[in-house]
Amino acid sequence: MAHVLTRSLDRSATVFLLVVAAAGVLIPLSNLLLPAGSMFQVPTYLVALFGKYVCYAILALSIDLIWGYCGILSLGHGAFFALGGYAMGMYLMRQIGSRGVYGNPILPDFMVFLNYPKLPWYWYGFDMFWFAAIIVIVAPGLLAFCFGWLAFRSRVTGVYLSIITQAMTYALLLAFFRNDFGFGGNNGLTDFKDILGFNIQAGGTRAALFALSCLGLIVGFLICRAIVTSKLGKVLIAVRDAESRTRFLGYRVESYKLFVFTLSACMAGVAGALYVPQVGIINPGEFAPGNSIEAVIWVAVGGRGTLIGAALGAIVVNYAKTVFTSGPLAPYWLFMLGAMFILVTLLLPKGIIGTFNAWWEPRKTKRLSELAESAAREDGVSEPKMAE
Amino acid sequence: MNVMDSRATSALLYLDGVHVSFDGFHAINNLSLALAPGEMRAIIGPNGAGKTTMMDIITGKTKPDEGTVLFDGVTDLTRLDETRIAELGIGRKFQKPTVFESQTIEDNLLLALNVDHRVKGTLFWRETKAESERIERVLETIRLKDARNRLAGSLSHGQKQWLEIGMLLAQDPKLLLVDEPVAGMTDVETHQTAELLKEINKEKTIMVVEHDMTFVRELGVKVTCLHEGTVLAEGTIDQVSTNDRVVEVYLGR
Repeated sequence: MAHVLTRSLDRSATVFLLVVAAAGVLIPLSNLLLPAGSMFQVPTYLVALFGKYVCYAILALSIDLIWGYCGILSLGHGAFFALGGYAMGMYLMRQIGSRGVYGNPILPDFMVFLNYPKLPWYWYGFDMFWFAAIIVIVAPGLLAFCFGWLAFRSRVTGVYLSIITQAMTYALLLAFFRNDFGFGGNNGLTDFKDILGFNIQAGGTRAALFALSCLGLIVGFLICRAIVTSKLGKVLIAVRDAESRTRFLGYRVESYKLFVFTLSACMAGVAGALYVPQVGIINPGEFAPGNSIEAVIWVAVGGRGTLIGAALGAIVVNYAKTVFTSGPLAPYWLFMLGAMFILVTLLLPKGIIGTFNAWWEPRKTKRLSELAESAAREDGVSEPKMAE
Repeated sequence: MNVMDSRATSALLYLDGVHVSFDGFHAINNLSLALAPGEMRAIIGPNGAGKTTMMDIITGKTKPDEGTVLFDGVTDLTRLDETRIAELGIGRKFQKPTVFESQTIEDNLLLALNVDHRVKGTLFWRETKAESERIERVLETIRLKDARNRLAGSLSHGQKQWLEIGMLLAQDPKLLLVDEPVAGMTDVETHQTAELLKEINKEKTIMVVEHDMTFVRELGVKVTCLHEGTVLAEGTIDQVSTNDRVVEVYLGR
């Protein structure tokens, strides 16, 4: 088991993990310990904003695992993110208890408003955090497993698969919009009060949620790295590049796809669950096909098939979104997003990290060979010999 | 059922009365063929004779409309998919060299090794000494030892063909199906490939499809000529190439 982890940590992966860990520790500390107004104090609203970016980074990571490494372009990954978010939202709703507008100890406000006689069966158990936490992973995983089992076994690939993933998230969008579906309809779930007994608005809770999101990103990254650096990762790339060849070598391609697709959906679900308490709402809008497409753009901008690039892309694009949608350019954000996608495709087809690697690798190799040469000279060996 | 019945034929690969049609076009028409264990067989035939379709049927890519395809005398290949057939020990080299271009030569061979192919097995897989020695031997056989860390995509066409043959070797199948191994090769490379196949044939059964008559002659094995999805002639290269019907098919009537 240990070798799976040690092998996955090369230099850039270690640097990435250290940066995320440092952010996860320093940002909450500066928010809580430094006096408000100090130059180095990160205000609470920024902690929540960064927390949101980190959740998006986990979602991007999950997309990169299947798209960048296995060639499965899911345009419906927002659905798994939203399902995880709804599971967390249901827990948070049950925590409100009798503090709601209607003061009903069992039924959330929207159920009272819509004249629900009693709690629907699928809301049972969500008053317990551990149960909700399991559903956060199981619900997206189960949907992805069923969907993937049908699609991959029938060998649905490429653009057809992308289209049905879009259809899937759109169908869920429509279902969750319905009031009688039992998840708050149009308004979704909101007005959360506390999580595990802590006030959800309190600075300390927000800082802890941010730190947890960073931890989630670290764990997600380690899982993805362990997979892509194993032989399984090589098989995934083989499937991406020459699927039928892989099959003729004796690999059951559909099992591999099903494995990463389900795992990726579980990761997206966890990202959604971390996201909801930080933004304070989950509504059917999260299922919108546009959200899923946007998430794919983050990965493309950062560099697909690099993992670090996916996380970086999510943060960069969302930071840009925050900056531009709050200024005078706000009405043009979608045009800018589209332009960004086109420019990246044309000018940086490998994304930010991919382009950087392509520029850096030859330099690194050259430097290493120079080092080796000078070392060889010092050893008094005139001609370096090829290793046998 | 007695012992005699359980094994219908002594042939390693046995095709009988196979038919396939695509939208009314009869690609394979009453094709019957038997390959003895340890044999090397060359398959020739003009374009559209059904050579590649025949390989598709054997490897499970295409299901025949009717007919029998038996492997090792007991296994009905028409009921199995590509993965199962590969696991049984049938390896295939494609007409267009198909290697994993974005991975190194060594990784290409590693992927081809016939070890546990299940998800869990590959996730926790570690290379054993025996396996690295096997990769080493294959690299030597296909003369790509010095290029082991290069990406397969950077190889020349001929080298890709060899790498794919190397992948077949790493797969260690009982039967090798080799589709046009010398297409696009220089004369020297063609000669070396013939030598390589003869070497491999000492241990394995091989079916090779090829257009290059010099190459087929060099192999010096039994030749089957296909035409319109059926066997037109069978015998030595001299017998087949002087067969009136073969000449007619190749030169037009």
